[in-house]
Amino acid sequence: MNIVEVKHLKIWDANTDKVIIHNSSFQVKQGSCLAIVGESGSGKSVTCRSIMRLNKPWLRQSGTILFKGEDINQLSEQEMRRRRGKNLCMILQNGMSAFDPACVIGVHIRETLQTHFDWNNKESERKIMSAMESVMLKNPQEILNQYPHQLSGGMLQRIMIALALVLEPDLIIADEPTTALDTISQYEVVEQLIRLRERMGCSMLFISHDLGVVQKIADEVMVMKDGAIVESGHIRSVFTKPKHAYTQYLVSTRLELSNHFRKLMRGGDTDAQGGWDRKVL
Amino acid sequence: MRLLRNLSKDKLAMTSLAVIVVIVAVGVFAPLCAPHDPEEVNMKLRYASSSWSYWLGNDHLGRCVLSRLIYGIRPSVLWVMVALMISVLVGAVVGFIAGYFKGKADAWIMRLCDVMLSFPGYVMTLAVVGILGAGLEHILIAFVVMKWAWFARVIRTSVMQFSEMEYVKFAKASGIGSFRIITKHIIPVTFADVAVIASGSMCSMMLQISGLSFLGLGIQAPHAEWGMMLNETREVMFSRPELMLAPGLAIVIVVSAFNFLSDALQVALDPKLMTSTSQGKLRKKEVGKAVYEYSRG
Amino acid sequence: MLKVDGIEKSYKQGGLFSKQRLKILKKVAFECQHGECLGIIGESGSGKSTLGRLILGIEKPDRGRILFEGKNVNDRRVRRGSISAVFQNYTSSINPFLTVEEAIMEPLKAQKKVEPGMQIKVDTLLHQVGLDSSYRLKYPHELSGGEAQRVCIARAISTEPRCIVFDEAISSLDVSVQIQVLRLLKELKQFYQMSYVFITHDIQAAAYICDRVIIFRDGQIEEMVPIEQLKHVQSDYARRLLTYLITFQGEDQG
Repeated sequence: MNIVEVKHLKIWDANTDKVIIHNSSFQVKQGSCLAIVGESGSGKSVTCRSIMRLNKPWLRQSGTILFKGEDINQLSEQEMRRRRGKNLCMILQNGMSAFDPACVIGVHIRETLQTHFDWNNKESERKIMSAMESVMLKNPQEILNQYPHQLSGGMLQRIMIALALVLEPDLIIADEPTTALDTISQYEVVEQLIRLRERMGCSMLFISHDLGVVQKIADEVMVMKDGAIVESGHIRSVFTKPKHAYTQYLVSTRLELSNHFRKLMRGGDTDAQGGWDRKVL
Repeated sequence: MRLLRNLSKDKLAMTSLAVIVVIVAVGVFAPLCAPHDPEEVNMKLRYASSSWSYWLGNDHLGRCVLSRLIYGIRPSVLWVMVALMISVLVGAVVGFIAGYFKGKADAWIMRLCDVMLSFPGYVMTLAVVGILGAGLEHILIAFVVMKWAWFARVIRTSVMQFSEMEYVKFAKASGIGSFRIITKHIIPVTFADVAVIASGSMCSMMLQISGLSFLGLGIQAPHAEWGMMLNETREVMFSRPELMLAPGLAIVIVVSAFNFLSDALQVALDPKLMTSTSQGKLRKKEVGKAVYEYSRG
Repeated sequence: MLKVDGIEKSYKQGGLFSKQRLKILKKVAFECQHGECLGIIGESGSGKSTLGRLILGIEKPDRGRILFEGKNVNDRRVRRGSISAVFQNYTSSINPFLTVEEAIMEPLKAQKKVEPGMQIKVDTLLHQVGLDSSYRLKYPHELSGGEAQRVCIARAISTEPRCIVFDEAISSLDVSVQIQVLRLLKELKQFYQMSYVFITHDIQAAAYICDRVIIFRDGQIEEMVPIEQLKHVQSDYARRLLTYLITFQGEDQG
């Protein structure tokens, strides 16, 4: 069963009459993770925001977007708002600007939870704190009382994942969540996203330009270039035997860097291959 | 010039600019433009309505309203512009020093600005006029003294924001001197902000001068000034309202023109609207494309 | 060639009269030789950008000195023509009022080395970084990310400096563009015999181009190794970094 089916999506700019997405059709199977890869300007974020209908007002869209069988492109704004957060959750790239800088994290989270559930304050707090503990955030009480600028990028991302855990949506759209993070935070966030999927069995739409992260977390992948989908399929086949020239180009350039690094690491040392076991935090 | 080309796209801006240029020119060449002597009293023509020789009629002393209006441009518009420029200059110098060099210089300059800004505007102007005596020069001195601190603050914020830009860092790293960096990199980018706030303040300064003249504290009789002309017609406000029309409209038109120009300048001075090709028709599309792509990153 | 000697730097926290200071760099000391590419790998908040600014002479250290060929780097004349930089944010790296040509000529003009044949030099530089002459009259907002960064590189090499500091220069670019830029940098280093100080958080990029790396953490040097010895790092933090690295696997690793 497909949780999201997008058919003939067209997005254009009403001000400049420029077409951003020409004619996209894709689907996300239930319980699987579809990754969208492409370079900047390829239209990945615009596509995903159009599923949530959160694009800028001058970007118009047409086509069918079926979410659990229902065409959400035709819903009224109020109906759509009810779906957002509860059924469709978004994890954004820049944690610092995803939270309201004027109030502490706790206030922002409490507001979100109160919009969708009927819990009182104590209940909300209990749920979010247990979620935060499961994403390896120590001292959740203390963190809830801090402002976004006092926390690091990695922690903010994990808070967003914890919020997703509590909301239990059917689809999580993650828009370049690891791009702005450094190596260690990136690893931790990717681990948490994998665990999140295992625990909740939700589907995920993962946007990234980093093929390494995509390889680790996604089941299927879709390559976008200049607003069009050039290739899609199962992750192993697309990355090991890319058919389209652009995919081949992306894979080969990424490989150049990785192979060089791997050669450096291996260089003569016999136990190098198994020596770097990836510890789970 | 690039600025004029950009402005020419906006009809309202061009109209405002034309109005201002005409008024400034008329004011500068007042002796040539005015049909009569503004101070010529002619009691037989008191409150006369418009006629062929006196286009806008005569005021309570029989003086030609049109000539008074024209001569009134000088104090109401031209002198205010001079005061504004002096104020902006002082504020800019102080703002640049504070914003670019930061540290102790910035801290002490800002404390001085805080002191200056804590005095309420009108009250201070009245106090200065009270000490020095009534008269146009004294009001303008009061304005300069009051306003420079505000300009310094705003310009400092703008300069601080632009000093953090990477091209300034590169210039510093390359060993280019501070003065050169300020003139080549910081002044052009902050010029837009400065022009916008200066033209915006022009309006408030003009209105203040008119207000003070209306109260009798500004320019003294028998010189012509728009606010004072309004004051003089106060007694016959209800019996002859048309006499208030001329100076009142004049003030409204000039203040509005500066306002519109200020808005248009902000758009016109945006560097992102510069293009390397100078074909007229294609430019609109290219500009749109360039700004779109730039914002897309 | 470049010697960093016992550097300490802290920033004031609080208002005008507070004495609180936040220590960013604690006793940092290392050297960079001629023709060497030194990588400084650190996570965000480790102080590597501050170190970059100190090396460029934009800020003064609280204690210690940075010497370039024996002379203090704070002196503008020492830096002029010898040290250059490329920064991360290419959108704000070029003055929006200048064309590409004017931007590239700026460091040359500062050295008062402008001659009538300058246009050819600009063309040569553009060709070397892989752009054609038509880019000369373009404005920065008309360039894509990769192109803008190439213009910044052209600007940096225009005075043929002996050392270029790259402060996260490739982090904002797409991965395929990153590789192109890294290759370009390798060529240029060979051609002009320059040294690089390559500040980054991306270990793979550093491994691609650097001869020696410093692992930087919390304002201190954690470890310093030649790149071939990267797999033999001793410190805990460095080993953790290498373990957590997510890399891409191609066909043969299946």
